[in-house]
Amino acid sequence: MDFVGAYSPDNLRFLTEGLKITLYVAAVSIVLSFVFGTIVGTIRYMKVPILSPILAVIVETLRNLPLLLIIFFIQFALPEIGFKFTVTAGVITALTLFEAAMISEIVRAGLTSIPKGQTEAARSSGLGVLQTLIHIVLPQGLRRMVPPLVSQFISLLKDTSLAVIVALAELMHNAQIVMAQNHQYPIPILLLIAVVYFVINYTLSLLSRRLEARTV
Amino acid sequence: MLDFSILTEHFPDYMAGFLNTIKASVFALIGSFILGTIIAVMRISKYRVLRAVGAVYVEFIRNIPILIVVLFFFLGLPSLGVRLDGFTAGTLGLTVYTAAFIAEAIRAGIQSVPQGQSEAARSSGMSYMQTMQHVILPQAIKLVIPPLSNQFINLIKNSSVLTIVAGLDLMYFADIISSDTYVTFSTYIFAAAFYLVLTLPLSFAALALEKRLARSA
Repeated sequence: MDFVGAYSPDNLRFLTEGLKITLYVAAVSIVLSFVFGTIVGTIRYMKVPILSPILAVIVETLRNLPLLLIIFFIQFALPEIGFKFTVTAGVITALTLFEAAMISEIVRAGLTSIPKGQTEAARSSGLGVLQTLIHIVLPQGLRRMVPPLVSQFISLLKDTSLAVIVALAELMHNAQIVMAQNHQYPIPILLLIAVVYFVINYTLSLLSRRLEARTV
Repeated sequence: MLDFSILTEHFPDYMAGFLNTIKASVFALIGSFILGTIIAVMRISKYRVLRAVGAVYVEFIRNIPILIVVLFFFLGLPSLGVRLDGFTAGTLGLTVYTAAFIAEAIRAGIQSVPQGQSEAARSSGMSYMQTMQHVILPQAIKLVIPPLSNQFINLIKNSSVLTIVAGLDLMYFADIISSDTYVTFSTYIFAAAFYLVLTLPLSFAALALEKRLARSA
């Protein structure tokens, strides 16, 4: 184990570059998967004809596949049938598809947990279906979804490390390059990036607990 | 669009990977159940040191990528003089990672058993271990089964990280087939189908089980 050599200024700078890409890819994917996940979850909650069963099949397929396979597939298999992505776009697409499927289930469960009486009361006081959804069900449901949503976002941040398989220059990829320099480097470098991921994710989970305590 | 000759000609390769994926997942499930139970019991023990060790394990492992744990066994251990092949390193990594999640599920299960149960058992002369074994754990297991089955599905999906350490799993064999045939699309569609054959029935079974236990509770 060579901590001094592994933590040289050059290596640390290189890892920081990787961390930036990790955070960028995670942030974009979190926003996109939250938007798509909410839309899909709401459509399935409302049991929209035709659309709802189609989405059910897509969601169940995505949720039951390894993310690593989805990332690889988008990067290397889709070009064969004419869809080419840059590495960053491919990883963001894969993360968004997979996590949106997960989030749609959280949203659907959250909306279903709102008592029926709420919808009935809203509808009988003259609100339309969409008005009921936007003003009554979604605000209450979203509050209940905060803890599972945050843990899904934490998963997403961890999952960005799977992009090593398509050589996206994120934290894990850069760490692997540093580790390859010297066989005494892996433990110090793995420890360092583990602490980095931990600090970010643990902060997120503490924030979520705070938020939860305030809304209940 | 789909080239079925890939499936028929390389069926033995797919099967080899498929069986290794199942093997890694089952080994890791058994290992992480044992390790997870130990950590769960540590987390509710009366000794502060044990509680702290359990808490650090769970919080640290749950917040880092599984790949770091796997790479620790594959790249880190050799510098300490222990060399493992990809399959072993991958399965150990899966075990250590999943144990943190299983520990939390088991802890929640144990803590849901009313305090009076353990007091009654202890006052009728049972030791702490006997109380755990005969009174608390059998009741807790009912609540633990649904999250445990979800963890098993996650294990199967996560076992794909074995590919990154050449762990001879399903995705690794798909990689071999596609570099052999230069056909990526069909190769991976069939690999995906093999994963779904495992995970979809388990998902539906887990959902049905959850509903049944919710009704009986």
